[in-house]
Amino acid sequence: MAKLILSVDGQVLKEHTLSKERTLIGRKPHNDIQIDNLAVSGEHAAIITILNDSFIEDLGSTNGTLVNGKPVKKHFLQNNDVIEIGKHKLKYFNDAPSQAGAADFEKTMIIRSPAKAAPPPVAAPAAPAASDPAASISRTIPPTPEVRAAAPPPVQPTAPQDHAPLPDAAIQVLSGAAAGRTLDLTKNLTTIGKPGLQVAVITKRPNGYFITHVEGGTFPSLNGTSLGATAHPLGDHDMIEIAGVKMEFFFKP
Amino acid sequence: MNISQALQSASLTDPGRVRDHNEDCIESRPEIGLYVLADGMGGYNAGEVASGMATSLIADGVVEGWVPREVDRLSREEAMALADKLLREQIARANTAVFTTSQNNPECAGMGTTLVVCVFYDNFVCVGHIGDSRLYRLRADTLEQVTRDHSLLQEQLDSGLITPEEAKLSQNRNLVTKALGIDPEVEPELHVHETVEGDLYLLCSDGLNDMVDDEEIRLTLVTLRSNPSLSVQQLVQAANDNGGRDNVSAMLVSVTEPFGVPRGWFARFKALFR
Repeated sequence: MAKLILSVDGQVLKEHTLSKERTLIGRKPHNDIQIDNLAVSGEHAAIITILNDSFIEDLGSTNGTLVNGKPVKKHFLQNNDVIEIGKHKLKYFNDAPSQAGAADFEKTMIIRSPAKAAPPPVAAPAAPAASDPAASISRTIPPTPEVRAAAPPPVQPTAPQDHAPLPDAAIQVLSGAAAGRTLDLTKNLTTIGKPGLQVAVITKRPNGYFITHVEGGTFPSLNGTSLGATAHPLGDHDMIEIAGVKMEFFFKP
Repeated sequence: MNISQALQSASLTDPGRVRDHNEDCIESRPEIGLYVLADGMGGYNAGEVASGMATSLIADGVVEGWVPREVDRLSREEAMALADKLLREQIARANTAVFTTSQNNPECAGMGTTLVVCVFYDNFVCVGHIGDSRLYRLRADTLEQVTRDHSLLQEQLDSGLITPEEAKLSQNRNLVTKALGIDPEVEPELHVHETVEGDLYLLCSDGLNDMVDDEEIRLTLVTLRSNPSLSVQQLVQAANDNGGRDNVSAMLVSVTEPFGVPRGWFARFKALFR
């Protein structure tokens, strides 16, 4: 569950877990997070929490609310955001994906209308005000223990940035009317050839460049060998022949 | 006009790079222009039970109720109404079957599935969906999302609580507000759209559109327009290259020529003798 750490001048005052749908911040005692300072309005800001997402909303305060140094009216909070109210700072922590049960994190789940939903496992917080945008949102059905037990262990997906950055590459046309022209391979997909006659696509993937036949009765050739229907990795100075035109693939220095 | 000649299709489903089994399920009946995709959810392997039951029950049920020889005798409006009625009936039947199975088998408790189903006929497509499986349409070079997710995120977008940019950062992206087989009854969303020659229709599970943004989907469909099977391979590969955190399924239907049903007196006369 997401939390806020309240501090002033680098001194931590308290930690607050965002367990309610609506958390009030202000100077008066009825606020969930009370900051007793004259720079803070009586009801200064509210944090609306919907499952794993939280939003901060300034409630028309006199001195305003800053997030990461910028004044906000409404803001969708992200992990490590810093909220400033007067001289007080509230740091937002939301590490839901890395917490236990992360295996369930991206499993599709159903949330149902309150009428049909099973009673929530914890006592429901007081009904929010009718104007609250979260009021119409029902609660998620908690995954059953069986689901958790059966869920596969969390595997860290390989993000594209795990790979060494792919060098830029280009194609130089060696024969035909366009001989001498080079074509930079900047897009993820680049088609070469003549539409209707013979077309191939060069795909830029995290692990390299690949060439695949797209259309035409005969296959293009790579270094003199017919491509066939499958994708082939491209190496520096590979020779491609397509629709009667020769071209060379190369990595840019 | 034979519909299977007018529509060229390709499909692919893949467990992705993180999950060890595939809870997505796809079925098609090209001879009547029917395409079904479902993304199951629930404990153990029940998700694939739900999606498998839903796709096969709906595909078989629609085939039974949609006899081209008889449908060709209807007016266009009557055919649209029949498609709508038939899909509603078959979705309700599949819902009851999945729900009853989950009630009677503890290992299937709580299972359910999202669904997107298309019936193509006489230059229209009747689309039904439940949950966050989607139908996209590429017309000319413009990609449009035809279905609107039944999800918490979509509700937040609709109410203006978050912007589309913020939605990409949301941690609530996996929560659907509707699913087949969860409750005794389900209300699917159904619409009829006119088709145009050259249209591409993409049915997909959230494993595709969560990992590959709409612009990249568009670029792939435009670039590889002439080769649907390479398009779906490329889309699934892109989802896996970007992390492949969920099962990925894509079904692509390309409208290569119009498939209007002739309705002159002679066509009707001929239909009598078929």
